[in-house]
Amino acid sequence: MPILVLAEHDNVALKPATQNTVTAARKISEKADGAEIHVLVMGHEARKIAEAAARIEGVAKVLLADAAQLGPQTAEVLAAQVLLQTGAQAYSHVLAPATTFGKNLLPRVAAQLDVQQISGIVEVISANTFVRPIYAGNALATIEAIAGTPIVLTVLATGFDAAPMVETGAPVESAKEIATDQAGVRLVGRQLASSDKIELTAARVVVSGGRGLQKAENFRLLEALAAKLNAAVGASRAAVDAGYVPNDYQVGQTGKIVAPELYIAVGISGAIQHLAGMRDSKVIVAINKDPDAPIFQIADYGLVGDALEILPQLTAQL
Amino acid sequence: MKVLTPIKRVVDFTVKVRVKPDGSGVDLDNVKMSMNPFDEIAVEEAIRLRERGVATEIIAVSLGSAACQETLRTALAMGADRAILIETDTELEPLAVAKLLKQIVLKEEPRLVILGKQAIDDDSNQTGQMLAALLDWPQGTFASKLEVAGSKVTVTREIDGGLETLELPLPAIISTDLRLNEPRYTTLPNIIKAKKRPLDILKLADLQTDVTPRLKTLKVAPPQPRKPGIRVNSVEELVAKLRDEAKVI
Repeated sequence: MPILVLAEHDNVALKPATQNTVTAARKISEKADGAEIHVLVMGHEARKIAEAAARIEGVAKVLLADAAQLGPQTAEVLAAQVLLQTGAQAYSHVLAPATTFGKNLLPRVAAQLDVQQISGIVEVISANTFVRPIYAGNALATIEAIAGTPIVLTVLATGFDAAPMVETGAPVESAKEIATDQAGVRLVGRQLASSDKIELTAARVVVSGGRGLQKAENFRLLEALAAKLNAAVGASRAAVDAGYVPNDYQVGQTGKIVAPELYIAVGISGAIQHLAGMRDSKVIVAINKDPDAPIFQIADYGLVGDALEILPQLTAQL
Repeated sequence: MKVLTPIKRVVDFTVKVRVKPDGSGVDLDNVKMSMNPFDEIAVEEAIRLRERGVATEIIAVSLGSAACQETLRTALAMGADRAILIETDTELEPLAVAKLLKQIVLKEEPRLVILGKQAIDDDSNQTGQMLAALLDWPQGTFASKLEVAGSKVTVTREIDGGLETLELPLPAIISTDLRLNEPRYTTLPNIIKAKKRPLDILKLADLQTDVTPRLKTLKVAPPQPRKPGIRVNSVEELVAKLRDEAKVI
């Protein structure tokens, strides 16, 4: 029985989290007699995206559901489309990235399939046993799905490498039936960060700022450091709440969860909820005026001092 | 318009939980419990809707042990009109919670259900979406702004790339995100008034819903410990360490 992965995209390009999700699917497949991996792309004028998905290593087939009503990516009609696919073909597992896309959509699918979803897996133990963080990542639970099929999972990208892209793509098949939009939901608009910013969840280096930066303008010191390091810029909840940066910068339990090679936390105290978003980073640096800030307990390298003085010096020395 | 606000009693957000040495779970003995912060935001939003003349009645509902009455009383003290407790000591999975909430929705007929996007203990982020599916209602998740006008609700959602605004026909399910509002503190006079507001207790068995677990927790472990870090004394030292020791730059 194949495994179904729901692709995430913005109607222009495939999102990298889709590749990490395919890796998770491959790990399950290895423990499930080499089950085939199918990727479902739902969108409008999305053939190029389907062709990209077809080139993810390990993918056996891409299903493309292409229609105007699927373009806005609203959960109600997308869930209906997924149900048409699971109705047409039995799948052992349905996976989606644990991004706001997958988090919004997959539980709706799970409930319609009458299965209990497992959210945010970071490890595959067997075809029906997975590890996921709970209590803001202060504990890791090993969970076995004991009833219900298919097994429905969202995948935390930090737990799995992105499957590489290969030369030759798998076949792309058109979905036999397209869901009609019955929900009456209207997409009014989106306000998105510029697409030439380095994506936080995929960056090798992340530089993050907190309340210690004191003013929105001071974030440009962080941006200068990030530019030198080719890093993505993140923020603590406090910085977002204070209006220094928009919400999509937020790293934390309920924001983005990242695990870069290097995470530099500047003027961030290190609340439990922030740590949940970055505790798996390979190397953590903390720069803070307060020597007792909790962030120093998790940092590999801690520098006590004024962020506003240190940032320009650090940028200059790199 | 009736608004239903499901709330969950969870470990307080300030508590750093400890995993039990036998790996059976997290140690909850004598740990401070509170209303899930996202659910608090939901209750606050419902009250603001009533202050704006949109909501007429706010019903808070919780599922769990008798101790959840405390959490429901807090919701009443914030301004909810009525509370319902579905009392059970069984651990309920999100799908089971959604099925039970559906029963309450069918009975109470709210036009809006507002709940937190995730509980900070389980971090599942599923219940609202599942309830929406079971009712075949539209969903506005991770809401940072809400506006009800006539038979529609306009929701601004926090998504990975920024913000998205949707218009949903009522009835609908909304799950709250952090920046939707800042919940009010409960005042002593309101806490006292809340004691007189109705709190109905229902038994799980009366709801005739299958809540058999579909998942089994095999073990709970602490995260991999990190090597203790060091303090550096200068920017120069930091750069040297990152380049030569950590080799990340």
